[in-house]
Amino acid sequence: MTENQITINGNRFSFEAGETILDVAHRNSIDIPTLCHLKGATPTGACRICVVEVEKARNLLPACATPAQAGMVVHTESPDVVTSRKMSIELLLASGNHNCAVRNSDDTGNFADFQLRVQEYDHSDRLCPVWGDCRLQDLAYRYQVSGRAFPATEVKYPMETVNPFIVRDFSRCILCGKCVQACNEIQVNNAINFGYRGKDSKIVAAGDRSLKDSDCVFCGECVQACPVGALVEKEAKYRWRPREAKKVRTTCSYCGVGCQIDLHAADDKVLKVTGAEETPPNYGSLCVKGRFGYQFINSPERLTSPMIKENGEFRKADWDEALDLVSRRLTDIRDSHGSDSLGVLTSARITNEDNYIAQKFTRAVLKTNNIDHCARL
Amino acid sequence: MTNTIADVEEADVILVTGSNTTENHPVISSFIKRTASVKGADLILVDPRRIKLAEHADKWLRPNTGTDVVWINGLIHVIIKEGLYDKDFVENRTQGFEELRKTAEKFTPEYVSEITGIPAAQIIEAARMYAGADKAAIVYCMGITQHISGTDNVKSLANLAMICGNLGRPGTGVNPLRGQNNVQGACDMGGLPNVFTAYQPVTNADNVKKMEQTWNVSGLSDKAGMPATEMIPKAHSGEIKALYVIGENPLVSDPDLNHAEESLDHLDFLVVQDIFMTETAQKADVVLPTCCFAEKEGTFTNTERRVQRVRKAVNPPGAAREDWRIIAGISGRMGYSMVYKNSSEIFDELASVTPSYAGLSYSRLKEEGLHWPCPKPNHPGTPILHGQEFPIGKGRLHAIDYIPPAEQIDEEFPLYLTTGRVLYQYHTRSMTGRTDGLNELAPESFVEISPADAEKYGLTDGDKVRIASRRGEIVAKMTVSDKAVDGTVFIPFHYAEAAANRLTNAALDPVSKIPEYKVCAVKLAPAA
Repeated sequence: MTENQITINGNRFSFEAGETILDVAHRNSIDIPTLCHLKGATPTGACRICVVEVEKARNLLPACATPAQAGMVVHTESPDVVTSRKMSIELLLASGNHNCAVRNSDDTGNFADFQLRVQEYDHSDRLCPVWGDCRLQDLAYRYQVSGRAFPATEVKYPMETVNPFIVRDFSRCILCGKCVQACNEIQVNNAINFGYRGKDSKIVAAGDRSLKDSDCVFCGECVQACPVGALVEKEAKYRWRPREAKKVRTTCSYCGVGCQIDLHAADDKVLKVTGAEETPPNYGSLCVKGRFGYQFINSPERLTSPMIKENGEFRKADWDEALDLVSRRLTDIRDSHGSDSLGVLTSARITNEDNYIAQKFTRAVLKTNNIDHCARL
Repeated sequence: MTNTIADVEEADVILVTGSNTTENHPVISSFIKRTASVKGADLILVDPRRIKLAEHADKWLRPNTGTDVVWINGLIHVIIKEGLYDKDFVENRTQGFEELRKTAEKFTPEYVSEITGIPAAQIIEAARMYAGADKAAIVYCMGITQHISGTDNVKSLANLAMICGNLGRPGTGVNPLRGQNNVQGACDMGGLPNVFTAYQPVTNADNVKKMEQTWNVSGLSDKAGMPATEMIPKAHSGEIKALYVIGENPLVSDPDLNHAEESLDHLDFLVVQDIFMTETAQKADVVLPTCCFAEKEGTFTNTERRVQRVRKAVNPPGAAREDWRIIAGISGRMGYSMVYKNSSEIFDELASVTPSYAGLSYSRLKEEGLHWPCPKPNHPGTPILHGQEFPIGKGRLHAIDYIPPAEQIDEEFPLYLTTGRVLYQYHTRSMTGRTDGLNELAPESFVEISPADAEKYGLTDGDKVRIASRRGEIVAKMTVSDKAVDGTVFIPFHYAEAAANRLTNAALDPVSKIPEYKVCAVKLAPAA
């Protein structure tokens, strides 16, 4: 009976070969918190947040990297586990400019001094740009950790802002390695990795150069994976706050992959795009165009009014005038030159519904089959 | 695609050809790279350029542009000769094997090598690798189709897959990657001159009758119309008097642009419906402003035939309206009333006349898209096609011989030109050109040339060059790159100000009417 079963928090669960403790727990809706764990990538056990107590094991074990074994008895929130997690969170909170209200003091015990120092570094009077969208902050709340226990470590590396899309803020990096896995194991762009050693550790691109001088293709998989504020979208930084934005699930409008995306909009403007995780066809991944190429939506160059050309110049018109003119001209040409003197180029960019109506109109009203689109181009 | 995107990860061997996947379908390229580099499947890349994917490939075969039928027949030759084909599949699921065998006979590795430039040994190795796999997937794109022999190329790939039994199972298939978000849907919806929705021929009287009844009209034309690549020239000759262009920018994307421009000038009336004042819109008599994808409800159908929802996140600017609403407005004024409350109602109507969409509705697409064919409301959709049989029963193997590209190099035009896209721009740049960061990363057009050719013509990286074909000329910056093959230059077609399509040849594939964007003859000179 116990051949392929483990016990978690007093309940028995069966598992399949190759499953980790975390896999079994999540499959059965048992919440073991994670931080560095990235679905689809090799578990590293780096952050130690997912540690659990396994009876008869000498130490706490990372659930993400420990294979389930027959007869294992696991406790996911035992006092030892909670103490360990609190310690890990304390250390991570102390590792940089985590200026949410959670980190409420630094070594001097002075909240204001810490905030002011970070804000000077950030050139901003706002709290951390991912406030409200941070895994570390969530965990700190969950385990009621303040970050008071350890002095804040100094910031070693300057912020990188020289590329158009991604801000790399090393002062908020917790070195969990999730971005490295996103880049190397999910997108397989192999642009970033761990560099230097020990306390000098840093996530580097191409021998510690800026992203724009590396193999980085700005897919932003790392930004989406980053559990803290170390990697943020330049456009969205300080403009987007999760509380204020609405999130709308839709389909990307660039190539034919049809990535599922969430548009984050506030004040009737799209401020940020993220990949829809655990959903086909893209399972959270996007490319540079899908993730960052949305400025056209809010572009001041968008057409906002029908236009009619007179004497070689366009002038604005209202819908009635423009549609009256189009229908009159199409009717005249159809009646004088025949239906097949008319043609419609419908579009591979518009919806199925739009296309259906375009071909219905061409066939039922113009009475021609001269309809096509750029499938060939 | 016969299979799904994620299904690529099931393959033991992936053959990618005519697809610069990392730049044109980056997310699909991740699936391919993961399968090859992380999971250890074999990747065969056949492409004239040393594209990024070559770094992940176990074998990179480099054919001369426009010689695809030759290397594919070469693989087929080796596979048949060495008895590596799937005899059961050939026997039970296909027809025409004997003719294919005969045609493939002359495509010996040596003969193939002569025409394609691929070493004979590589042909043999690639054939063994592809045929030796239990599950092998073929992935291709416009590098296969944008030739006068495009249809032949596609049929040849289908031959290869069929003789190896690589259809109808996970990890196999013949998988074209479609370049536009809803090009699949536009085709499915009958945005084509010869078919109604779901590829129902307009020349079939029953189909015409069905549509007449549904639409409550009479006198639908039962004569196939003109494809886009004929409509534009017919505007030049005066047969087409008026064009209604929706969300397309032929004045950057069409072949032989100088001719296309003149053609539009000949029109009596041009309406353009778009989100921006494109190069084409500037020529219009009336321009109608529409909503972009973020401002409307609807569906797109992706390259794996998955019908997915589009949802409104923001309001359209100014007076812009949904495309269908604008068309319905014109239709009503022309005496045919089209009244729909919303896009969902339109979807229900289109599903009722589209057998492959018949089981779909917005409520079913709420969480996740579904793959057509989905004929019934309780049908789960069809992720993998051709599992039990082909639509025509036994799959037809086509015996195909080689046709060289329409234009050959000569003394005056000694270099081949091939065109395509780059990662940071999209099509005619009407969208990406309005994102500052993308322009920063890919600011202008360029001519990619091999180091040897650069030396031959005395040019260095960054030089401005004048590049001319029999149809036009442009000036662009030179980029010396190892990606390029000797004797062939590459130019991205995105940039209106140095439009590669002033040079390209409008010669068409006789069946698909796709222009031969991938091969024409050009010459280079330093620009003063």
